[in-house]
Amino acid sequence: MSQRTDLHRSMLESAGLDSWIVRLFDAIDENNLPWFSALSRRCEQAFGDALIDLVPSYTTLLVVFDPLRVSPAQARTMIYTILADLEPDGSTNTGEVHELATWYDPSVGPELSRVAEHADISVSDVIKIHSEQVYRVFALGFAPGFAFMGLLDPRIECPRLDTPRRRVPVGSVALAGRQTAAYPAPTPGGWNLLGRTSARLFDREREGFSLLRVGDQVRFVPVSRDEFEREGGDTTPTEPLA
Amino acid sequence: MRQQTHSEPCIKVLRAGPLALLQDSGRFGVRHLGVTQGGPADVYCWAWANHLVGNPWGAANLEITFGGLQLVAGRDLEIAVTGADLGATLDQKPVPLWQRITWKEGQTLAFDAPVSGLRAYLAVSGEFVAEPVLGSVACVTRENLGGFDGRGAKLAQGDQLFVRSAEAQGNEGPTHAPEEAIPDFKKPATLDLLPGAQIAEFTGRSLFDAFNTWWKVDDRADRMGVRLTGPKLSCKISTLVSEGINLGGVQVPPDGQPIVLLNDRQTIGGYPRFGSLSPLSASRLAQCLPGEQVKLMAIGSDAALSQYRSFRALFNTASR
Repeated sequence: MSQRTDLHRSMLESAGLDSWIVRLFDAIDENNLPWFSALSRRCEQAFGDALIDLVPSYTTLLVVFDPLRVSPAQARTMIYTILADLEPDGSTNTGEVHELATWYDPSVGPELSRVAEHADISVSDVIKIHSEQVYRVFALGFAPGFAFMGLLDPRIECPRLDTPRRRVPVGSVALAGRQTAAYPAPTPGGWNLLGRTSARLFDREREGFSLLRVGDQVRFVPVSRDEFEREGGDTTPTEPLA
Repeated sequence: MRQQTHSEPCIKVLRAGPLALLQDSGRFGVRHLGVTQGGPADVYCWAWANHLVGNPWGAANLEITFGGLQLVAGRDLEIAVTGADLGATLDQKPVPLWQRITWKEGQTLAFDAPVSGLRAYLAVSGEFVAEPVLGSVACVTRENLGGFDGRGAKLAQGDQLFVRSAEAQGNEGPTHAPEEAIPDFKKPATLDLLPGAQIAEFTGRSLFDAFNTWWKVDDRADRMGVRLTGPKLSCKISTLVSEGINLGGVQVPPDGQPIVLLNDRQTIGGYPRFGSLSPLSASRLAQCLPGEQVKLMAIGSDAALSQYRSFRALFNTASR
């Protein structure tokens, strides 16, 4: 279990009239996650209806409250009170486990060879390394349901593309730096594409909308083209970079 | 309010203009899913438009950016237009702004181009009606969420807009905004900024410059954010681990030119920030045209809070 930084005033930074950034850690670590699930729950209890949003991300939690009900000074006191005796959630069963069926193929993962060359290994090794690991969701952002996951095996780390694609197809499974992700909607993007998942990552009809939440565990499971198609995956090739 | 089913298509879009969006107060409680806030870029003028036609806080109205929109009414409607002066006319006669007026069946309401300010708000007594998505009708085109079609589409020629039936409309409240409530968008804006976030990491010179410069509003400005140009600001850290970013946050990318984050910003970001505009100053900035000049002024949270609470007290409601 990672050590909480010392309780100190610098842990809270103003993010405006209606919010505080609670900075618990300096570095990205999956052991941070049980602290944030505990802190989020305690904030929900303490703020009740005055809580507007909670945005956890890697090392921080943004707490957004209704300034008509709670002043910034009151909110700060409430958060300090929580931090004084905060304990992390038990780390054994935090976060749901998701298996994302993924078709790894150059037609939908045009950067498989780039990542392989960068790592000086074969494409099949890239797939093996990427799909063997269980990732944790550190943050959601960029687009609805877009989950930043990590940390990647250092052997397949690869910098993002110099020129982003104008449109990354929905379901694209990608990596950049030491993180991996799957695109919930067609958006611009500069990550290396390895394949495509048939999982519906963001669905406005589903309770909770996003398949993945901060703290969840994710594994990419290689499937054949047939299986990918049967699950509703779109096999239209990704346009190569210009 | 939302159970009310008596609505009918009663406004038709003759010409869409560059950007007209349906906006309620915004989408809340889903930011941890990467879903942005949306809502009116100028919450002050948006709220006044609702108020003048007797709609409650949170009622959806139209945010019209730049102008170019032409609408025809299918029945008599009570409306108010606030915010920017976009040269609005009703059958070619100038529309009086900041007051309740009657838009008669068959009349064409047309917005031309900015005279002062950038975004006008059109509220209709009884409220525009659309199906909420993730709890809100706020239209965010980038996320394909909200608006009349539920998919984040801006208004298009031929669209039919639904309005709740006349029986549901309230008529309490003022019909004219008092003179002192009407902002003057021709005056250069001074924006209140609450210092915070990574302000300690900026150099002294940069902080002096930040508060003693007339910043120029760049043409890279939209509902996600507004870039300001001026002296280069430097921060001892160039990027951070991404963290939640809030409305009005002023972030400084490595090029040293600040970006003020508005309603459709991404939910997390990794550039250092030196503070946040107060909600009312973020609204004021959203009315600035490219090329206009603004100044930043530090404000304490007590003063900003009392300004915001006085503004909200006008509308007599407790929450978003």
